[in-house]
Amino acid sequence: MEAQKERSMILQKEMVSGLFNELGRAKETGRKVCYTFVPGNLSELIRTFDLLPVYPEINALQSAMRKKSAGYIKEAEKNAHSEDVCTYVKCDVGMMMKGNFGPTGEKIPEPDILLLSYTGCFTFLKWFETLKRLYPNAEVIMIHTPYQEAGKMTPEMTQYMVRQFREEVIPKMEKVTGIKYDEEKLKYHLNLAKEAQDWIAKIFETTKHKPSPIDAYFAGVYYIGPINIGFRGTPEAVEYYKALYEEIMERVRLGLGPITPEGEMKEEKYRLVVEGPPNWTSFREFWKLFYDMGAVIVASSYTKVGGVYDLGWRHDSTRPLESLSEYCMNCYTNLNIPQRIDLLSKCITEYSADGYVTNSIKSCNSFSAGQLGMMREIEDRLEIPVGFIESDLVDPRYFSYSNIKNRLESFFQMLEQRKKIVKTETV
Amino acid sequence: MKKSIEDILKECRELAFDLKFTRSRNWLKENPKGVVVGYMPIYFPREVIHAAGGLPVAIFGGGDRKEIIKGDAYYQSYICHIPRSIMELALDKHLDHMSGFIFPSICDVIRNLSGIFRQQKIGKFVKYMDFPQNFMPSIGGVFYQQEMQHVMDYVTELTGKKVTNEDMNKSIALYNTNRSLIEKIYDIRQEFPWRLSITDVYHIVRAGTVIPVEEHNAILEDVVEYMSGNVGIPQDKIKVVISGAFCEQPAVGLIRAIEDAGCYVVDDDYMLGSRMILGDIASYTSNGLEAIANSYIKQSQYSSSIYDVDDPKEHRLAKIVKKRGADGVIFASASFCDPSLLDAPIFQNAFNKMGIRYIAFQFSENINQYKVIKEQVGTFSDSIKLWEGEPA
Ligand code: SF4
Ligand code: SF4
Repeated sequence: MEAQKERSMILQKEMVSGLFNELGRAKETGRKVCYTFVPGNLSELIRTFDLLPVYPEINALQSAMRKKSAGYIKEAEKNAHSEDVCTYVKCDVGMMMKGNFGPTGEKIPEPDILLLSYTGCFTFLKWFETLKRLYPNAEVIMIHTPYQEAGKMTPEMTQYMVRQFREEVIPKMEKVTGIKYDEEKLKYHLNLAKEAQDWIAKIFETTKHKPSPIDAYFAGVYYIGPINIGFRGTPEAVEYYKALYEEIMERVRLGLGPITPEGEMKEEKYRLVVEGPPNWTSFREFWKLFYDMGAVIVASSYTKVGGVYDLGWRHDSTRPLESLSEYCMNCYTNLNIPQRIDLLSKCITEYSADGYVTNSIKSCNSFSAGQLGMMREIEDRLEIPVGFIESDLVDPRYFSYSNIKNRLESFFQMLEQRKKIVKTETV
Repeated sequence: MKKSIEDILKECRELAFDLKFTRSRNWLKENPKGVVVGYMPIYFPREVIHAAGGLPVAIFGGGDRKEIIKGDAYYQSYICHIPRSIMELALDKHLDHMSGFIFPSICDVIRNLSGIFRQQKIGKFVKYMDFPQNFMPSIGGVFYQQEMQHVMDYVTELTGKKVTNEDMNKSIALYNTNRSLIEKIYDIRQEFPWRLSITDVYHIVRAGTVIPVEEHNAILEDVVEYMSGNVGIPQDKIKVVISGAFCEQPAVGLIRAIEDAGCYVVDDDYMLGSRMILGDIASYTSNGLEAIANSYIKQSQYSSSIYDVDDPKEHRLAKIVKKRGADGVIFASASFCDPSLLDAPIFQNAFNKMGIRYIAFQFSENINQYKVIKEQVGTFSDSIKLWEGEPA
């Protein structure tokens, strides 16, 4: 079992270091580099054009985990960036100002393309406006993803995106890379993407088991790594997810709970659904606050930012460009508020969660604006205890351990009382 | 009998901040088949609602005139103020005569507020209006026409009106007149800013967002006529352009304080939506929606919500500064306003290079203490006056 567990981790490590190596050698090998974002990432198209992707958000979160983000943010704030805006942007800009050395210490090559797929968050747009000024020679490729304002993707919306792909995105990619668009190649990657998505969906469904074999938030962010940083659509990703699934199913067979940084969680006391991204600067401490209480996260919205696969949507190689369009429209933050509420309610019900927690990120309006209304609706609809904590993604100034601890303690007390009441009622 | 300028100004002052939206309530009584449609900042093509037999009404939040009690339960402290005050207005039934609500794609806060309105079932329809970020008429333009058509359908379903092309052209022409009269006011003020204070101009333009366009055009004509005369006494003030306050609005006291502190505001983006389209929209075509779409794509003002890669906003603002003969820029951003605050470094880095002077501050719609800002503006004005005296 232990060897199998290591296998998925080794595979992930290989993928990530392989990508960074290739980025480090991009100048020598002449590969073109494309900066893009996780939500709405067009991995399959990027691969079709043999581009190397760089994800500024991933650099930011890794900088935070390596305790470098505070310095970068300070650097950006010295340069007129406000204290109150998305800290991912500031961390990224600060990193560039300090020489653009990535989290692994390697210099990240400059972009040939700024691919703005602009899904579910306006800050992406502002972010790339800033990057365009830092890299004036990069080709900007914008694909506007319509919002699911009425809770659906209409043929009009898909058509709008497909036309952007045909008439703007693809011709510009051909121009920069000198590679002709090969739809068969795209289809190949789309088929592999679908396969990986099938595995991912199955993996996150394993939390239906009691005890849940995984934590779908704190460990979940590692699981979505490959699919979110450019490996969706590759045989490596399929292999990784298959291996991971097997390891998890082995845990289910043995009746084991999730693995935490301090070993296996012995007793599953509370099952929670979490809305909102995690804090990265004190990720371990943050996680510990939950596992120390025996709380396991059985579903989280954050693991759906790079795509929502729970409801059955998959890439479809018979409709390649339509499929790319729908993928972009279907990322979590591109869902309207009632859709988000429905999705989270479904998770709470299907994964038998005892409570719902919102981690509200100070500088992320895309998630945070509306979270209180969502929480209230979920509380009314499902009559379950709800908890609310606040932190930030990569700015350590906004992580207050004691505040979060206090709030979580009251929340866990509430859960405990509820459990007792339910137990008495059942008896 | 013609109204005096004092009466006009008084009327506009009241209209601009009438949080009960009385004029639109009365309009509904006068037009029982009509519908009132509320729209949020920044810009919305009001022509569409007008042509469909509706009255578009702008919702700019509660400013410093509405105490927030329920709205805070919906928004964390680190989100700008306007969504909570809009919720407060909605929950206190200030908007209950409005049949529908339009949320233009301006930022994530307004976008998500559309979802809260949907979830709370406020109004008969809620439409998040996705403006295109693709600027090819055959792609983004077509998509935009479809978006406008959705709004038109929502409204006509309620009014039962069949919109003809003539209706569209008529509405377009009325709003063309509206925009050109507003521009005329700004053009006169460019040279003679003492003829009417920016606070009065603000009230006049804002009043136009809550009354029928026909009535507003009549007001604007009178104001233009008044300003064409040699009125007022020039004062020793510098000229500035205000940028960044396009959504949540500063309290009027702050708008006034800037001029009192020694700055004639010769251009601003307070009421950006009313001035978004530069010049006229073709009002003689056989497809009004296409004409509006083309105008948005080809002749709109820069905005923090439109990706600007082909026409960088810093150059566009610099052009406005030059055209208006302004001495500097005041960047005024609503606190926690991502679009405005994320643009600030872009503008400021460029202006450092171009040698355009500026100051920056943040405000909140409900704050009416601005001593510090007034001092900052005063110092800015004094220092520019001093620089002016120095050899270049
Ligand atoms: S605002 Fe939120 S969703 Fe948008 S880029 Fe920042 S962290 Fe990501
Ligand atoms: S003030 Fe800024 S952040 Fe707030 S709703 Fe308006 S544009 Fe959005």
